[in-house]
Amino acid sequence: QFYLSHKCVHCSSASGHFVFFIIYATRSLIIQIHQFILQEDLNKKMLDGLLEFVKKSAASFWCRDDDWMSRMRASEIPTAALVLGVNMPDHTITFESMTELLHDSLTPFVASVQAKECTGNRSYVWPGIKAFFPLPLQCHLCMSVCVCHLQKSPVKSPRKRLSSSQSEFLQSPPVVVIFRDLEAFSPQVLQDFILVCSQYVHQLPLVFIFGIATSPSTIQRMLPHSVSSLLCIELFQSLSCTQHLATIIDKLFLTSKFHFKFSAKVLQVLVGIFLYHDFSVCNFIKGLQLSLLEHFHSQPLSVLCCHKQEALVHAQQLNDRDVERIQQLPSFMRYVEEQVPEEQVQLLTSSEHVKGVCQKLLKSLHKYHKNFYPALRCLHVLTSILPKYPLGKQIRELYVLCLEKKVWETQEYDSAMQLIRMLAKDELVTCLQKCVEILTFCKSKKLKKVGQQLQDITATCEKLDSDRENDSSGKGLQKTDLFHLQKTLLEMKECRRTRRKTPYEILRNAVVDYIDNLVKTHLYPPESQPLYEVWYYSSSGTVRRHLNATPRTSIQTALSHPYCYLQNDSGIISSAAPDICIIYKLHLECGRLINLYDWLEAYATVATAAEGKDPSAIEGGKVDELKHARFIRAVSELEFLGFVKSTKQKTDHVARLTWGGC
Amino acid sequence: MPDQLEHLPRLTHLLPCREAQIKTLLLLLGEPEHYSYPSIFIYGHRASGKSHVTLTLLKELKMPHVVVNCVECVSLGLLFEHVLLSLFGSSHTSLPRGPSLSDFVRLYRQLCSEDPAKQTRYIVLDHAELLRDMSANLLPGFLRLQELVEDNVTVIFLSEIVWDKFRPNTGCFEPLLLHFPDYSKVELQQILAQDSCPSYSPELYSSYISILLGVFYSVCRDLRELRHLAALNFPKFCEPLEKGEAKESDAHKLWRNIEPHLKKAMQTVYLREVSSVQWEEQQQKEEKEVGELRGLSAYTHVELPYYSKFLLIAAYLASYNPARTDRRFFLKNHGRIKKTNFLKKHEKTSNHLLGPKPFPLDRLLAIFYSVVDSRVAPTASIFSQISSLVTLQLLTQVGHDDQLDSPKYKCAVSLGFVRAIASDDLHQHALRWTADHRTLHLRHHPVGSHPTSCCLWVRCGPRAAVWEPVCVQRRGIPRQPPALDQPQLCVDCAPAWHWLR
Repeated sequence: QFYLSHKCVHCSSASGHFVFFIIYATRSLIIQIHQFILQEDLNKKMLDGLLEFVKKSAASFWCRDDDWMSRMRASEIPTAALVLGVNMPDHTITFESMTELLHDSLTPFVASVQAKECTGNRSYVWPGIKAFFPLPLQCHLCMSVCVCHLQKSPVKSPRKRLSSSQSEFLQSPPVVVIFRDLEAFSPQVLQDFILVCSQYVHQLPLVFIFGIATSPSTIQRMLPHSVSSLLCIELFQSLSCTQHLATIIDKLFLTSKFHFKFSAKVLQVLVGIFLYHDFSVCNFIKGLQLSLLEHFHSQPLSVLCCHKQEALVHAQQLNDRDVERIQQLPSFMRYVEEQVPEEQVQLLTSSEHVKGVCQKLLKSLHKYHKNFYPALRCLHVLTSILPKYPLGKQIRELYVLCLEKKVWETQEYDSAMQLIRMLAKDELVTCLQKCVEILTFCKSKKLKKVGQQLQDITATCEKLDSDRENDSSGKGLQKTDLFHLQKTLLEMKECRRTRRKTPYEILRNAVVDYIDNLVKTHLYPPESQPLYEVWYYSSSGTVRRHLNATPRTSIQTALSHPYCYLQNDSGIISSAAPDICIIYKLHLECGRLINLYDWLEAYATVATAAEGKDPSAIEGGKVDELKHARFIRAVSELEFLGFVKSTKQKTDHVARLTWGGC
Repeated sequence: MPDQLEHLPRLTHLLPCREAQIKTLLLLLGEPEHYSYPSIFIYGHRASGKSHVTLTLLKELKMPHVVVNCVECVSLGLLFEHVLLSLFGSSHTSLPRGPSLSDFVRLYRQLCSEDPAKQTRYIVLDHAELLRDMSANLLPGFLRLQELVEDNVTVIFLSEIVWDKFRPNTGCFEPLLLHFPDYSKVELQQILAQDSCPSYSPELYSSYISILLGVFYSVCRDLRELRHLAALNFPKFCEPLEKGEAKESDAHKLWRNIEPHLKKAMQTVYLREVSSVQWEEQQQKEEKEVGELRGLSAYTHVELPYYSKFLLIAAYLASYNPARTDRRFFLKNHGRIKKTNFLKKHEKTSNHLLGPKPFPLDRLLAIFYSVVDSRVAPTASIFSQISSLVTLQLLTQVGHDDQLDSPKYKCAVSLGFVRAIASDDLHQHALRWTADHRTLHLRHHPVGSHPTSCCLWVRCGPRAAVWEPVCVQRRGIPRQPPALDQPQLCVDCAPAWHWLR
């Protein structure tokens, strides 16, 4: 938040564009809303299942005493095991929404317990649960007290909130205990807790929810049979995080509604962080927001990055400095070079003309994106079924490829097209149907027309079926001697070589041509578009630096090149290297164990030389006290940073903690 | 002593197959107003009727008693409060915070003087084995509580563990021991057959129980579990009867119907692979749909981020390979190693039998860098991945000293798990996202037994095409003061760079 406001103030004061402020605010809002909807949608299925489970177990609790069956059965605590995947930063959101959902629709008694709240002693499971029992008097809370409390407590507040249809559950609502991170719990604490709860399972409608990051077999690893036999475990699986990512990319990037775009490299960095490091959707969204911020901050022309009508208005209001900026854009300069000389002069001199051209270019930019995404999707539909996925299995890979360069000039594209030329009919038809669907839903007229044509082809393709059947009932191989067989085979081979193409093959080639044409007209990379810088954020280095920080590298840089961080432009700071830097560089030369006295002497020599005195002037190995003190301070600083530590092997030595010694 | 034994027939009817134990207990308890033996220790396996017999006895004879479950009493205060509250029913018990045994005794005597015992009072401590962990003087104190409070009170301990494991080093008052043996097959049959379903004849249920015991008796003798299983599978047993395909007398037909079903139950429900609710639901479905249900252990696959996988693989290698062999395995140009005594004698036993060994963080990273193909910057997220692997219990942190400077880890996953991870198609799509690197390439290889010493292969920029192996240790490159125009490298790489300049 601070970062955001700081940047906003900075950019508004610097360029005087208050418009940024507004645009940026709305933009980030849109992202948040989008993301929110996505999260809800993605987890909805699992949460609904869970809710149903809790309802069912609560209901079965109340009709338990009726029949022989349930009287005979050992009473188990209903337990839902949620397998959520290893993306732990995202779990918080999931659990929050789950708690809210349960709280709003079923029961006021939802406790969410985290492992770090109840480590060590077995008495500490309770804090999380204590939180939702308003028990002012009890210093010792035990289950029997809970039971008494729950049975006595008039459950009024939730009943009011609920609709009448659900109130049948509420003789006493279920008590839900959520263990957020099962792996981190100590098994003993968990076992004791379950044992205690199982004593009261007849009096309390208890439901457990286990949040599991790895795999359900963890339960069996943590709980012995005597304890796990007290649970009735049902499994719920959440979507895999790669599916999550695919949805987000699909909804936020592959749409012309959302104007802020990433260049290939930035997208690669973000996706790379996701796939290589954390699988966390939350962090991905954070990265998205950060780059949005950076884009609006660093690119003044991003004022034009908004809806078409607004952008046109903004373009009309550009001031001279902004016009100058436009003229300096590489893509605009390329555009200028392509024009006839008179036009070039106009573009370089008249700001009014530039504004007009700018509007025109913005329109074409909008149009380009409107066509780009449907075409991309079509190409992906066709290439994602090919063996070995020459253009990538996921649409994001294809997208990055298209952003980087002209996709039709790549080798992979050629091989993909060749593979499409070999597709079987039914596969091709299903693909084409999907393509037609995509194309007819998009707004652009051009693409609709292509869609129409493809539909025609599909129709003819299907018609071919009947003709083909008559044709295919050719001659089979009859039983002959070896000589004849050879002859027939040779004939057949000959025949195949010179055979005319079947109607299907002709059609297939036509389809490939259509697709090829579609790709070549619509899928050229955004760099070719004038003014693309307005929409596209391309500083991958910044994003990487912010999101994938390298603390070790920074410390090392700071120690070996202090000027890099001191930024000593004004010359106020002395040019001599700080003590710790000298110490650091000297320690690099040493082995695993460093003799402190040698180190001190070396330091004294360097420091004396830096002061401009003759280092040989130190008489008799005596180091003056000031330098001694400075040395000791620097060494302890280095120890604090984790480069050296004292060792018990030799008292006057310290041990190095980094690699490179011998 | 006919007085105590007058209840025996009634109790034996209530508690079948425990006649001997009931008799002993009754004789031990004696007349209500007489002093009883100070402490009785009852032990026996799970579900052998210890608590049930004791409680029924005390209830039927209407003796004043209190039952404390030691699992539930997480603190001493809770335990004492519970005892005092139920024995004296007084609400003004004023135990101090964090009370000790002497507080309890003091308060007990105080309350007792107001309300002296007319009958023997009984304190039953269930799961008594947990008393051992609570406070050193608690168990000896409870053993001679009668003496301490000078009241007619008897403490009964119930535990699954034998008394020998309880006896403190300092010695204590020896309680009377009473063993509850396991139920025999005949006894189990007799007990289980008692709760027959009202809609069928007891004979049918009894024959069902004998079939059930035939299957399960070899693996499970727990009465509660058997009763649970009996209830779960009974509807399936009755299915032919309800459909009219068989009569109650067709024992063979019924047996043929239920036997394979029970065997399947033994593999799934009994191990809690499949929950009992799911099992019931499955029973109601048609035969065709059966077989879709997967147990908990079927889901062992864990999806991990790309580098986490490599970190885990590296951790596994570090845990199960001796550090001496790192050089041989991760270095292309390792020196000559004599084959004959390459592995020392004690190393020849399979490391998988010995279990994982701890390794320092440095070694993990060294192996990680040599296992991963591309150059990886030591970013913050690599380190946070290590700690998140620890949270997921795939790695465990060992040792508590010096966690900041040189933490040590152990790998906590099995070979099968690592194999599954390694044979994932390594995310073909993920591989496409490798970052471009124009800076210096460095690879670390630990040399020799010492994990901190390392050997490097250096390639300068994209110009030099060949990796040049340089072993710092052997070539002995002379020491020179560090040059200032060194490239920006990580802490781990930079020192090595100095050496080469």
